[in-house]
Amino acid sequence: MRPWQNDPVLTVEHLTMRFGGLLAIDDVSFDVGRQDITALIGPNGAGKTTVFNCVTGFYKPTEGTMELRQPDGQQFRLERLDDHAITASARVARTFQNIRLFPGMTVLENLLVAQHNRLTRASGFTIGAILGLGHFARAERQAVEHARHWLERIGLVSRADEAAGDLPYGDQRRLEIVRAMCTRPLLLCLDEPAAGLNARESKGLNELLYSIREQEKIAIFLIEHDMSVVMAISDHIIVLDYGKKIADGTPEEIRNDPRVIAAYLGVPDEELAEVAAEVGP
Amino acid sequence: MAEPGTSFGPRLKSALADSLLAGIIAFALFSLVLGLRTEDNVTGLTLQPRPVLLGVAVGIVFFGRLLLNLFVWQAEHPLTTPFARLFTRDVFDKRDVTVLGGTSLVAILGFIIAAILDAPAYQLIAVAVLAFIGLGLLRRAIVQMFPDLPYARIFVAIAILFALFFPLTSYALEKAFNLGLPLRYWFDLSILVLTYVMLGWGLNIVVGLAGLLDLGYVAFYAVGAYTFALLATHFGLGFWVCLPIAGAAAALWGIILGFPVLRLRGDYLAIVTLAFGEIVRIVLLNWTEVTNGPNGISNIPKPTFFGLPFAAVGDNTFSAFFGLKYDPLQGIIFLYYVILVLAVLTNVVTLRMRRLPIGRAWEAMREDEIACRSLGINTTVSKLTAFATGALFGGLAGGFFATRQGFISPESFTFIESAIILAIVVLGGMGSQLGVAIAAVVMVGGFEALRHTEGLQSFFGEGFDPALYRMLLFGIALVGIMVWRPRGIVSARSPSIALGEAKAIPTDLVNEGRA
Repeated sequence: MRPWQNDPVLTVEHLTMRFGGLLAIDDVSFDVGRQDITALIGPNGAGKTTVFNCVTGFYKPTEGTMELRQPDGQQFRLERLDDHAITASARVARTFQNIRLFPGMTVLENLLVAQHNRLTRASGFTIGAILGLGHFARAERQAVEHARHWLERIGLVSRADEAAGDLPYGDQRRLEIVRAMCTRPLLLCLDEPAAGLNARESKGLNELLYSIREQEKIAIFLIEHDMSVVMAISDHIIVLDYGKKIADGTPEEIRNDPRVIAAYLGVPDEELAEVAAEVGP
Repeated sequence: MAEPGTSFGPRLKSALADSLLAGIIAFALFSLVLGLRTEDNVTGLTLQPRPVLLGVAVGIVFFGRLLLNLFVWQAEHPLTTPFARLFTRDVFDKRDVTVLGGTSLVAILGFIIAAILDAPAYQLIAVAVLAFIGLGLLRRAIVQMFPDLPYARIFVAIAILFALFFPLTSYALEKAFNLGLPLRYWFDLSILVLTYVMLGWGLNIVVGLAGLLDLGYVAFYAVGAYTFALLATHFGLGFWVCLPIAGAAAALWGIILGFPVLRLRGDYLAIVTLAFGEIVRIVLLNWTEVTNGPNGISNIPKPTFFGLPFAAVGDNTFSAFFGLKYDPLQGIIFLYYVILVLAVLTNVVTLRMRRLPIGRAWEAMREDEIACRSLGINTTVSKLTAFATGALFGGLAGGFFATRQGFISPESFTFIESAIILAIVVLGGMGSQLGVAIAAVVMVGGFEALRHTEGLQSFFGEGFDPALYRMLLFGIALVGIMVWRPRGIVSARSPSIALGEAKAIPTDLVNEGRA
């Protein structure tokens, strides 16, 4: 048994997604280890983001099951939950390939919106707080402190009161990750977090991801194109091609897998039959 | 077109070419619209050419555009900058002084000549120009003397004090000195303005905060008014019982409207809400057994002062209880304070909600709905609460409207009402409470004030009726605001919470929630 199959936080089985006649994901199964950084890679159009959208509830899969296990033994069937419930109850958070911050709200407000459900309960579902009942003020102070803690970790405290849309690109990327962390997730799904970052920012991102895994003890599941990032930080890599899983293993195994090399680099015509025989249909 | 700063020769050439083109277009458009007139006589329709009128119109376009080209658009120092600089803190240079001084001089001379020639219309124009320059200078003088005063706060404080004390003070003055002020009219107008302030604030929750474009807001106003009227006339319930029920009924209808439109955004949402507004009106019109159809509901009772009616006769009336002489104005002043309290309630609740998670969720939803869902926010619930809260205040305003008018019919709830309320929100600056209040005063009060400008007739002659031009002026004002302040009067967003010092956020970052 592979290390990530021992108490996985997420188990995906026979996931299939069909858009009309297009088979975007074809019977994909994998596990995401509880405190692993798991990378999902593959050529363009392989179905990586579709897998993400299924896991986070933005798509309802055509077939298959996705089971999320919390440390206390509670289990959630993600394919049966709405997108917001997946974040709120199953505690799966995500970021987007193209940054989706709230540009007209301040950095701090962005992080408070992420703590919406906790604060709403404290506000007595709004009515209590309007009437001045309950302990909303204390809960809000805690939420602000939590936000400040995360801003300190990415060095943005001094810009907390600026509009999120005013931040430089790299800061926006990190803010989006931190905003997802403010929902207090067990599984953090990052869709191409290093896209558009320069080498220095990309290194800072790796450090942030490491520190999240080490200190928060959560699983990170990410899509990434930058192989140097993927190979450096992942514990476990899943490779998709044309909607099928073609490999699943440690970075070392993936690096040497002929099917992965074929998918990424292509093969000369004369070797095609040979590879086909080896890879199977 | 030539770049600004090029020498006069090429500038004149390109300005002439541009103006000629504009003149040709004007000729093409006006040749049929103005140049020909159909006359109906015994032989049938004949065409009557009007070359002089056509020539004047085309001439105005040609020369107007030529002057604008030469002195404003392509000029190195456009003539308009000194006037724009009047309303900034920049220091005047020599040229600004020359232009402003020259304009003032021409205006004064024009005023005198017009007075000699007995042409009051031109006198009025001269006075308007002088007033514009004078106000600008006055504003500069005040700002330079006290540069650091919190002007917005002072303005708000004065407005609040005025709203609180205006009716009582003017009533007391009138009683003490018998000034013959048109108090009844003033109070009615203020009540109308405050009703629209409240409606604007209510719709601001839906459109400004949650970013859901609602073109059928009047439906909730109607539901509130009819709920109030039916309860009060059929069951004899009092004002303070009916009003919350009217609000609750409207909130319920807000949720009922909310459900089918949950998946819609932008234009599609606007169309469905528009249809909803019309459906409500048409149901009110045709459901004769309940709503009395186009005849409406009359004899809706007036509110009582904690059980004491405002009436001339009877033992237990307001005036008898307090030992005052009966005056119909007492009831109207009471109505004024009722709507003031309702409007303030709307504002306080909205401001409070903006600082609560639900308000932040609304604004986040306006910014990016998908990101909201990814953060675990149930956007269905958030949208429904936005619709319900907005509708609640619309319903309360409707209930108040019913009791104030004493009579309601579907006539009062046409689409134009929705359009006016939406215009108030958009003009004020979406999401800004202060902007919406100013816009409501300007739109409703200003619109009404144009009806009562008999004084202008002494300038323009007896035949001039300014009330006829109010739609035109109104349209010009709207276009002007949309050109110079496309995001409304108050167009910066203030953050709902700050770690250090709160800074206003420029609106180019803030999403309007239409896309």
